[in-house]
Amino acid sequence: MNRVKGLVKKPPFWGFVAILLLLAINLAKDPRYLAITVSPVTGNLVGNVIDILRVVAPILLIAFGMCLVIATGGIDLSVGSVMAVSGAVAMQYLHDHGAPDSVGDALAAIGLALGVALLVGLVNAVLVAVVGLQPFITTLVMMLAGRGLAKVVTQGQNTNAVNDPMRWIANGYVLGIPVVFLLALVLIVVVAVLIRRSALGLLIESLGVDPKAARLAGVDRRALLFSAYLLSALLAGIAGLFATGSVMTVDVSQTGYQAELDAILAVVVGGTSLAGGRFSLGGAVVGAFLIATLDKTIVFLGVPASATPAFKAVVIVVLCLLQSQRVRGWIGQAGARMRAARKAVA
Amino acid sequence: MTEPVVEMRGISIEFPGVKALDGVDFRLFPGEVHSLMGENGAGKSTLIKALTGVYPIDAGEIRIAGEIRRLNGTADARNAGIATVYQEVNLCANLSIGENVMLGQEPRSALGIRWKALHAAAHAALERLGLGALDPRAPLSSLSLAVQQLVAIARAVQRESKVLILDEPTSSLDANEVANLFRVIRRLRDEGVAILFVSHFLDQVYAISDRMTILRNGRYEGEFLTKDLDRTALISTMIGKDADALRSIAARRARHDGEPQVVLSATDLGRKGSIAPTDVDLHRGEVVGLAGLLGSGRTELARLLYGADRADTGSIIRAGKRADLRSPRAAMRSRIAYSSENRRDEGIIRDLTVRENLILGLQTKRGWARPIPRREQDELVQKYIGELGIRPADPERPIKQLSGGNQQKVLLGRWLATQPEILILDEPTRGIDIGAKAEIQGAVAALAERGVTVVFISSELEEVVRLSDRILVLKDRRKIAELVNGEHVTADTIVAVIAEDAATAHEETEA
Repeated sequence: MNRVKGLVKKPPFWGFVAILLLLAINLAKDPRYLAITVSPVTGNLVGNVIDILRVVAPILLIAFGMCLVIATGGIDLSVGSVMAVSGAVAMQYLHDHGAPDSVGDALAAIGLALGVALLVGLVNAVLVAVVGLQPFITTLVMMLAGRGLAKVVTQGQNTNAVNDPMRWIANGYVLGIPVVFLLALVLIVVVAVLIRRSALGLLIESLGVDPKAARLAGVDRRALLFSAYLLSALLAGIAGLFATGSVMTVDVSQTGYQAELDAILAVVVGGTSLAGGRFSLGGAVVGAFLIATLDKTIVFLGVPASATPAFKAVVIVVLCLLQSQRVRGWIGQAGARMRAARKAVA
Repeated sequence: MTEPVVEMRGISIEFPGVKALDGVDFRLFPGEVHSLMGENGAGKSTLIKALTGVYPIDAGEIRIAGEIRRLNGTADARNAGIATVYQEVNLCANLSIGENVMLGQEPRSALGIRWKALHAAAHAALERLGLGALDPRAPLSSLSLAVQQLVAIARAVQRESKVLILDEPTSSLDANEVANLFRVIRRLRDEGVAILFVSHFLDQVYAISDRMTILRNGRYEGEFLTKDLDRTALISTMIGKDADALRSIAARRARHDGEPQVVLSATDLGRKGSIAPTDVDLHRGEVVGLAGLLGSGRTELARLLYGADRADTGSIIRAGKRADLRSPRAAMRSRIAYSSENRRDEGIIRDLTVRENLILGLQTKRGWARPIPRREQDELVQKYIGELGIRPADPERPIKQLSGGNQQKVLLGRWLATQPEILILDEPTRGIDIGAKAEIQGAVAALAERGVTVVFISSELEEVVRLSDRILVLKDRRKIAELVNGEHVTADTIVAVIAEDAATAHEETEA
């Protein structure tokens, strides 16, 4: 019983409940919603759940980066634009130079795209860690500049390209499961192990809780901020390749549009405070899955496109309320009163 | 005898796993200053929080002016006439003095705040404390911390309070400022306000209080008239054992023989606006005291030695080699450790656990790529919890839940774990109780025995004299004397040195 209580208090719990609830709603509309079948043509798994896995991959990546940046006490608003830049660079390169089936060209495009993404991350890191600008302003500027850069790269066009290896990464399957999801999974496991098995997690948390005390304890603020912003940009760059690779087109104004909000929401739903400090990578995973499920559900239920943001907002607000200490206190009190009343009657 | 204005009976408060208060009685009479005494973790703060409505009580009753009251929240306590001034000044530095005094009580008209009336009322409240000279329109930030504290008291008493609670009001004041504060306290006492006073400075407790109540481990140990209880009896009641433990520390400090081995030598070390160029030599296994009043440059000098601030003049020779200590990390690599006087903002990492706080120094020294294995962490933490007597002995508790003295012990443990050769302790015993103080002093003495050089900074001159082999006296941001400790050196010697320097400085300006 106590263990159950402890679980309820862990923030990701309610995110998890929300995912189940959304799936239940979908099931109510279509009892076969969760069915996974093997496609007779390709031999791959198909179904709504598989779609969710595909959608969640880029969100997982940017949520992880965001989680670390937020833990240092900052925020990275530029992730959506980094996705666009990275996608734009890759598509433009393949459009100009790529042979349709060259693995080498795909790798070159990926390397170039991630290099540019890291460059944006480096600017963020230098401005925040060395110059000492506020993370919010810094990354807000880079959010605007990044999308501008994407437009410069493609000369304002929505560039498309043909390259099969690139396409396979975004659309292919291994053992019936989407490659993007497997890649995202591998990446987040690597990052999680890197953070939690080394002392990085502890150092980032101490920096986020109390920068002054952390400095006097010998914590290297600059190096940690560089790692966090660079990692965030790198993961966003990969997410951008996923997002553009599936259609082999970069839409410079839509690719990664408002992705930073999804990432922040995923992190917050996962129980990491925007004030920095203690963070939960597992929570960010739950949060990312919730955002993906929510996106799919909205489409599935046929919520009008104009009402989509409002619908999303309601779900998130309810979740945040459930996680707030105060609201939980109220619910607890109401419960106690009801029990007392029942006892009085008996 | 008059009726008590506050009467608490059989108060018990339980936190998960801990009984913070167990059947405690407490009375407070109008027109008296009553000290609440006890070690850290004895339950003083908890009792105060029960009286101010912060914590609900699990058992017992609180009578205020004869009526039983249930205090649900601080607003209830305020309405019952109980005002509190906490250790850290809770005022708004960006507002004016008058706005601070009247915050939440602004006289209003249909057009908003009546500024004239506000400033008049604020002036009256300040006048009552003998602070009529302050301009209510001046920004609060123009005042020193000590005067800000008096403003906080003015704010607390301006709404007809019957009870004033002062929690560690003197911990960051110098002697003059304390005298000022006491004048204000006596004035309020003579007006019939009941004052609950908490301080770790025994001299002050004896100077100001009429009566005291002693707590130990959450239990009531008794109520005494101050004049009936001498210090030795007080201390042994507080710690529940003989005070001889304290005295023996001085005896343990054996003198060093033989040639002193220089471990650090600073020449002309200084920084504009914080300390004039100063020479410092530190020897192996030596305790060097930095004595001086608040703001004399003690902390500033220590921060330069640790690289917490950058020196702009001078050089440091560490173990025979020139050392460039431009950051705390560089100093740590040179095996220098520094524990800040500002425990709350520059010491503990609030949200982290005792274990995480304790290993942080060693971890940063090793680097992020070499995490300390969990087993080693647990061993380290167990070791220091035992050696330093950290209570509660729960490594996974967030450090913010520990009392000040125990937080300080965790920080001491953090630095000891890095095995420093030079350990700088800035006010390690400020605001902590006598038992923890003795434990920390004992640890300092033991470290020096083992060959660690300790730089010890404290406002309590007796403590500096008791522990140090050598004492650097600072005043007005420069070093004015260096004393080798011995039989002839006492706190009075240091005071005399500081006073004499004032006299010569005065003569110089005259001439």
